[in-house]
Amino acid sequence: MLLIRCPWCGPRDETEFRCGGEAHIQRPPDPDAISDAEWADYLFMRRNPKGPHRERWVHAQGCRRWFNVLRSTVSHEILAVYRMGEREPET
Amino acid sequence: MKRYSIFALVRNAISRHRDWPPLWRHPDPKPRYSVVIVGGGAHGLATAYYLAKEHGITDVAVLEKGWLGGGNTGRNTTVIRSNYLWDESAAIYEHSLKLWEGLSADLNYNLMLSQRGVLSLAHTLHEVREGVRRANANRLNGIDAEWLTPEQVKAFCPVLNTSPDVRYPILGATLQRRGGIARHDAVAWGLARAADARGVDIIQNCEVTGIRREGGRAVGVETSRGYIAADKIAIVAAGHSSVLAGMAGVRLPIESHPLQALVSEPVKPVLNCVVMSSTVHVYVSQSDKGELVLGAGIDGFNSYAQRGSFHVIEGQMAALVELFPIFSRMRMMRSWGGIVDVCPDASPIIGKLPVEGLYLNGGWGTGGFKATPGSGWVFAYTIAKDEPHPLNAPFQLDRFTTGALIDEHGAAGVAH
Repeated sequence: MLLIRCPWCGPRDETEFRCGGEAHIQRPPDPDAISDAEWADYLFMRRNPKGPHRERWVHAQGCRRWFNVLRSTVSHEILAVYRMGEREPET
Repeated sequence: MKRYSIFALVRNAISRHRDWPPLWRHPDPKPRYSVVIVGGGAHGLATAYYLAKEHGITDVAVLEKGWLGGGNTGRNTTVIRSNYLWDESAAIYEHSLKLWEGLSADLNYNLMLSQRGVLSLAHTLHEVREGVRRANANRLNGIDAEWLTPEQVKAFCPVLNTSPDVRYPILGATLQRRGGIARHDAVAWGLARAADARGVDIIQNCEVTGIRREGGRAVGVETSRGYIAADKIAIVAAGHSSVLAGMAGVRLPIESHPLQALVSEPVKPVLNCVVMSSTVHVYVSQSDKGELVLGAGIDGFNSYAQRGSFHVIEGQMAALVELFPIFSRMRMMRSWGGIVDVCPDASPIIGKLPVEGLYLNGGWGTGGFKATPGSGWVFAYTIAKDEPHPLNAPFQLDRFTTGALIDEHGAAGVAH
């Protein structure tokens, strides 16, 4: 089980959290102006990297706030935790 | 290939079983092949087998980074069924089930297919309605499906706790009697032996590290054993679909997750069918060795690590004991994880990629084992003819652009 450091509550067990998938996906500012392929890319295509992965988590059983995690998908090691709107820390 | 038969058994018994030939050769890779299949799991081996058998294409190499069947082929819970909701899925999974039914004889290799029935329980009013709907949809598609009342469930699988006095009482179940289990290692070995006999080169410990492109066309693969040129490159790499497609610059709607399973100590025959429950959430069958084989939902985070978190299997065990109080003192012997490539609509992608000469069979997510022969059969057709067969035409990558998704989260039976 992962030990995740919530930016507001501190280190808690993984069971208190839900993983929200890839972070930093921006909704296209003008959906009418883009092609179906670009819309599909926003909606469905994912980086799914083997290595460091930026992802969103929510402290569902705690403060219920969302934040970002940089975590390795190979070792599961959490490399950084940063709040929504913050820049990813240097690692 | 030396055929297996009662006479071969007697002959080899006389020589004390010292003269059985190896199941397949271990050739060094040639510099060039017509078709290179990346991934030596059962789907890749089935693709090679049907390329040779149905289309006469034998200049084929199967490249496997580890050992044959060491990925999801050896890590699944071996359940076979075809009771999917939508017409497109029903057609391809039923085609696969029909191939399973003749595959042992076809390969001259005992896959130990046991059509003992797959019971999918309903615990809520919604599940009852969905179950009846799916059974009716299956029958309209020519797939055997029945709806059982709680009394009929109890008669079919006596060790289930069908008491109404539990948190999620069993309100009924769908039953596919032709569903069941098969021996997963035998599937890999039998397909490898048959493909090898038709001239396919099976190359283990050969990891693909890059896909070389010239003029927008895929022309070969870089591997840990050198460069191999190919007219056609077929990716059948399950959990690593995104990684391999990424080598050719193609983005996929796939995320890789751990899916864990575990087995108990072996006991005498006690569970006569496959039982699946989506609400309490576990699926379980008893292997021929006597072990309970069980699994449930995926871990929520992306991973390539072939392991997951303990609380996920703890939840499976709680569900098992809820459904089968008789198993409460059983000890679990081993647990493991496989990496499943999950599509947003829980259906696979089988077809051509936007790069010429590159093909993908992936995104099977949590339920690929049951599709093994059908998957290989349609993929071999797609590679040989350079166009999808009508059975896999709906399962192209462009459905995520057109919006023609095939939503099978309900029939997948695994939470994700």
